[in-house]
Parts: sequence; C-alpha cells; structure tokens
Amino acid sequence: MKELLVISGKGGTGKTSIVGAFAVLAESKVLADSDVDAADLHLLLNPTVKTINEFRASKQAVLDPAKCAGQCSASAACAEVCRFGAISLSCGTGAGTNAGGSMSVSDTGGAAGAGFPHIDPVSCEGCGVCARACPHGAISMEDVVSGHWFVSDTAYGPMVHARLGVAQENSGKLVTQVRREARAIAERQGLEYVIIDGPPGIGCPVISSMSGVDLALIVTEPTVSGTHDMRRVVELAHYFGVRTAVCINKYDLDEASAEQIEEYCRSERIEVAGRIPFDEGVVGALVRGVPMVANADSCPVCVGDSVQASDSARPHGKAALATRELWRRVAVILKQSPSSQAYAREVSIRDR
Amino acid sequence: MIVSVASGKGGTGKTTIAVNLVLALEGTMPVDFLDCDVEEPNAHLFLHPVLETSERVTLPVPVVDENKCSGCGTCAEVCAFHAILSLGGRAIAFPELCHGCGGCARFCPTGAISEVPREIGVVETGRAGDTGAIRFVQGRVNIGTALAPPVVKAVRSKAGPGDRVVIIDSPPGTSCPVVASVKGSDYCLLVTEPTPFGLNDLALAVDMVRELGVPFGVAINRAGLGDDKVAAYCRQEHIPVLLEIPFDRRYAASYARGGQLVRDFPELGDSLRGLWRQIRAAVGPLPEEGEMAR
Repeated sequence: MKELLVISGKGGTGKTSIVGAFAVLAESKVLADSDVDAADLHLLLNPTVKTINEFRASKQAVLDPAKCAGQCSASAACAEVCRFGAISLSCGTGAGTNAGGSMSVSDTGGAAGAGFPHIDPVSCEGCGVCARACPHGAISMEDVVSGHWFVSDTAYGPMVHARLGVAQENSGKLVTQVRREARAIAERQGLEYVIIDGPPGIGCPVISSMSGVDLALIVTEPTVSGTHDMRRVVELAHYFGVRTAVCINKYDLDEASAEQIEEYCRSERIEVAGRIPFDEGVVGALVRGVPMVANADSCPVCVGDSVQASDSARPHGKAALATRELWRRVAVILKQSPSSQAYAREVSIRDR
Repeated sequence: MIVSVASGKGGTGKTTIAVNLVLALEGTMPVDFLDCDVEEPNAHLFLHPVLETSERVTLPVPVVDENKCSGCGTCAEVCAFHAILSLGGRAIAFPELCHGCGGCARFCPTGAISEVPREIGVVETGRAGDTGAIRFVQGRVNIGTALAPPVVKAVRSKAGPGDRVVIIDSPPGTSCPVVASVKGSDYCLLVTEPTPFGLNDLALAVDMVRELGVPFGVAINRAGLGDDKVAAYCRQEHIPVLLEIPFDRRYAASYARGGQLVRDFPELGDSLRGLWRQIRAAVGPLPEEGEMAR
C-alpha cells in the first residue's frame, strides 16, 4: 500500500480538483480529506456517510460558580496564571492584563456576576493550570467535542473525512485520526493507495498530513504567491524527509512563471510530474459537483452527449487529459518508492 | 479601527483584496497592513515593503535541572500537551510540543524546571506604498513549527493606535490561527468565489465570525465564473454582499506576476474605496477611538 498526499502550500491551486480526478483514475484506493478546517472533497465525490464519530482531543476549563463564589475578587489566581488571556474578571479590572496575552481580551461576555472570573472558551488552550491553581477547586477540566469524523462510501471507493468544529483547535490530531482510519480501511480491504487531500499552509495540520507518506505531490500555480508557498512546503517536506513531486496547475496563465518553477524544481531535483492548462471546464465540473475527468463541458468529443457523474470514460477536456497524464506519472513514481514501514511510529511522534 | 479579511478557504483572493484595499486607501488616511497569514505570508510579494525591524517571537519552554529533579513525575502529569515526560526518575522536555502554559515550572515541587525562550517565528515591520505611508507588519512561523497563533498574536500586537485603520490579511480556514487574527476586529470581510467550494467554506467562515461576534460582509471574487448559489446563500442569510470583482483573465495574469491591481486597473480602486465606505458605515461611530486598535 502506498500513501499519496496532495498538497499545495497555498489554497486555491486546484488540489481538491486533482484529488477528485485521482479518485476516478486510481483503481484501488481509499480517499482521505485531511483539510479538516475546510473539507471540500465531499463536494466532488458525493459520499454516503456510513458512520459519524465524535472527536474529543482537548479539554476546556469550566467554572463552578457555587465553589468559586467570587472569593478571590480582583486577584484571582486563575486569571493570574493563565498565559493565554482566557480568564478575565468581569468586575472590569482584569481584562487584558494576563502575562503572555499580548492581545487584549475585551469580550468578557458579561455573563458572570461581579468578581466572578469569566473563561473565554475560544482563548482557552486546555492546559489546566488554572484548575490546579484555584484554591477553592472551582475549576474543572472538561472534554470538548471539537469535531466529527466520517467514514463514507463514494462511487469511487471508501472515503474518510472530518469536520472540525468552528473555532476549535487540535486539527492536527483530527488529521491523524482521519489518516489512521483511512489506512486501516486500506489494510482491511487490501487497497493499493491511500490518497490524501491535504490542507493548505505549513502548520500543524499539514505536518500531521505529511508524516510518513510515500509521496507529497505539490500542486502549484505560476503566480508569485504560488511559487513562494511551494518553496515553503518543499522545505517542510525536506525537513520531514518526504519525497516530493510537483504539478503546475493553470501553467499557461503565466508561462514565464511556470518556467521559473520548472527551473527551481530542476535545481532541487524535484520531478515536475504534470502541467495542467487553465480550463474553465474544471469550474464547470465543480459547479456540477463531479470530478473533472468525468466532465464533458469543455470537451469537443462529448458535447451534446448526456454525461453520468460516474462515467469516467469521457474525459476529453484539456485539463482532464493533462490530469490523466499526471496520474500515470504519479503512479510510476509511487511504484518506485520504497514502502513506508515507519508510518505508525512517525505519526505517533508527530501527533501535533 | 480594525478590519480583518478572511475567507474560510485559501485561494479566493483574500490577499488580493486586502492588499489592494490598503493601496486604495493610501494617502486618504493613516493605514496599517498586518499580514497574519504567518504560515504563508504573501502580501509582501505585492506590497514590496521596505522592512525596518525584525523581532523573534518566542515561547517559554521548560528546561530541567537534573540536579534538582526528584523524578516525582508531577510535571508530566500537569502537562496537557505531552511536552514533558518522566522516565526512569528523570524529566525529559519536548519543546516542540510545548504551548508555553508554564504549568510544569509552576507546579514542580523541587523547583527543578525553569523556562527559556524558544524561537517559533519572527515579526517584521516596515513601510510600503508609493509614499511609504502604509505601515506594514508580517509574521512568519519557522518551518516545522506547529504553533501559529502566538505568532499571529505577536503580529496583532504591532497594530498602531486607534486612530489608524488596520487591515488584516488572515490565514485561510476557521481554526485557531484564523480566530487569533479575526478576534477583536471591528469588521470582518469574508472573501469567497461563486463555486461550491467557495460556498461550502464561506458557510464555515460565517459560523466562525458569528461565534466571535464580529460584524461581517462578503466580497465575491471571480464573479461570473461559477454559479449564483453564493449570492442566493447571502440573501437567505441576510449577509450583505459589499463587492463583486468579475472574473477577468487580465486580473489573473496581473496577480500572477505580483502586480498591483489598483494600479493596472484604476476602476478597481474606485470599487475598493466604495467597499471601504460601506464597511465604515456598517461599523458606525467607534466608542473610544483611542482604545480600539490593539
């Protein structure tokens, strides 16, 4: 089994459209959407959800007003020890004065009475220091459901995806959970590939998505920002010792920039596995909620025909053709790479 | 007055709108531009700031004095982030997992743990714009560092006093780094595109700003490229659509080269100043202007 991560550094480069196409093109695979912040793959693959699972990985400080009784007034230990500016005193003196909180915390909410501390759940990191410091035992640490993850069926195979609750953290751990489940399904069903749609950026969800994969396919676009972010994500992949290949999407938007990307890849010995032209048909496919290789909008061969969403035999649009070529090349690279035995070990270390 | 520009999803044109908004306002009022997308700061590619200062952003992480450590394991028990382990009578710290809460040092009964700063990123400040009138701040997390919010907060703390207009370019998504950048804004502009992806992620971003209690409106970029479901959603949710920028390959090509759209296409400058007037009207008079922008 091989794990392929499709990633971009920057958002909006066409990563999910490409993963959607791979879902059609790869024969034996499980799909994983690890962009848990803004999961989009389901919009192309129309999954039927089979199981919904709660994701609990963090805790939150909760105040018991009966035990607190506002006994500490203006010098409450909880507010003093909180480094995240999450606890303020509603009598109006405490907001924004906590050590380490460089931002002002103005939303005291007004829920508590005079002298009661107010805990802002958005700022609380769940460290539990306040609970330990409170002399009255008035603060407890409670589990938070910070999201859900789903196992689904699609027309193209099983899929694991998730949704992080609004303004929740621990997305890295949720990514790890999604990947773990996808891998387990692949093992149980003897599937050849785990194809992961990655999150943007280079932060904790990306790090969790990247550890131990066989190949990170970096989708970039020929813009100054696309090029800049590709370099950052290449550095990150090298930092974690992950093999990379590059796909230049919308390469004809600025061919000089595309050439610069190719030059950079040559100098870094990164293979450019594909070049996909700008094609409004890709947006057309997206609007209809089907993967682009199943799209006939921009295809002279298909025009006039009625097209089924699951009919993968009709991909004649120019972006679709280039994406087929890309998949052929990626499959070859994956065959060449040694199998990743170290996966479980690395993921457990890089949980966050 | 602080206006954050967010999007839920990456690649919708958030940076384009934030950058060109600040350029359109240059010279008409004192403006600060804060690039809070610390994982992928891109605004500098378009604003070409002259950077003047660079400061390290650090987090206090534990070091263990082995002579004082009794191996009692309190530190490991306290740490909610598994950043310190107690093994074989010794405490071992893993600074890359540490959130800097200080619990281990505070509750160590033998005083064996002290804290040292660990660099997780930098904050740079400078000037941008034709006359150098735009104050420019950006943050950048170190490669391999999973902690963006402290760097975002450090960028936010550099905003000028309340009589200045502060435009914030936020990271994509709806989780902790975005919250750190949008929280406390006077207004949030959500940039989206008229596609199912754009709509899906806009709805998530709307949930987030509602949770934060920040007034908001929408800008639709690449209008005409997809379908009209985003507009329908905004109508249904009573969300004002303040700006539509049509899809135009010339805009895309200008952006690709790092161009400033308001210079190449002056009509966009007028649209953005119109956008600004609508935001200003929506925010209304600020209570105490001197205390707002922090």
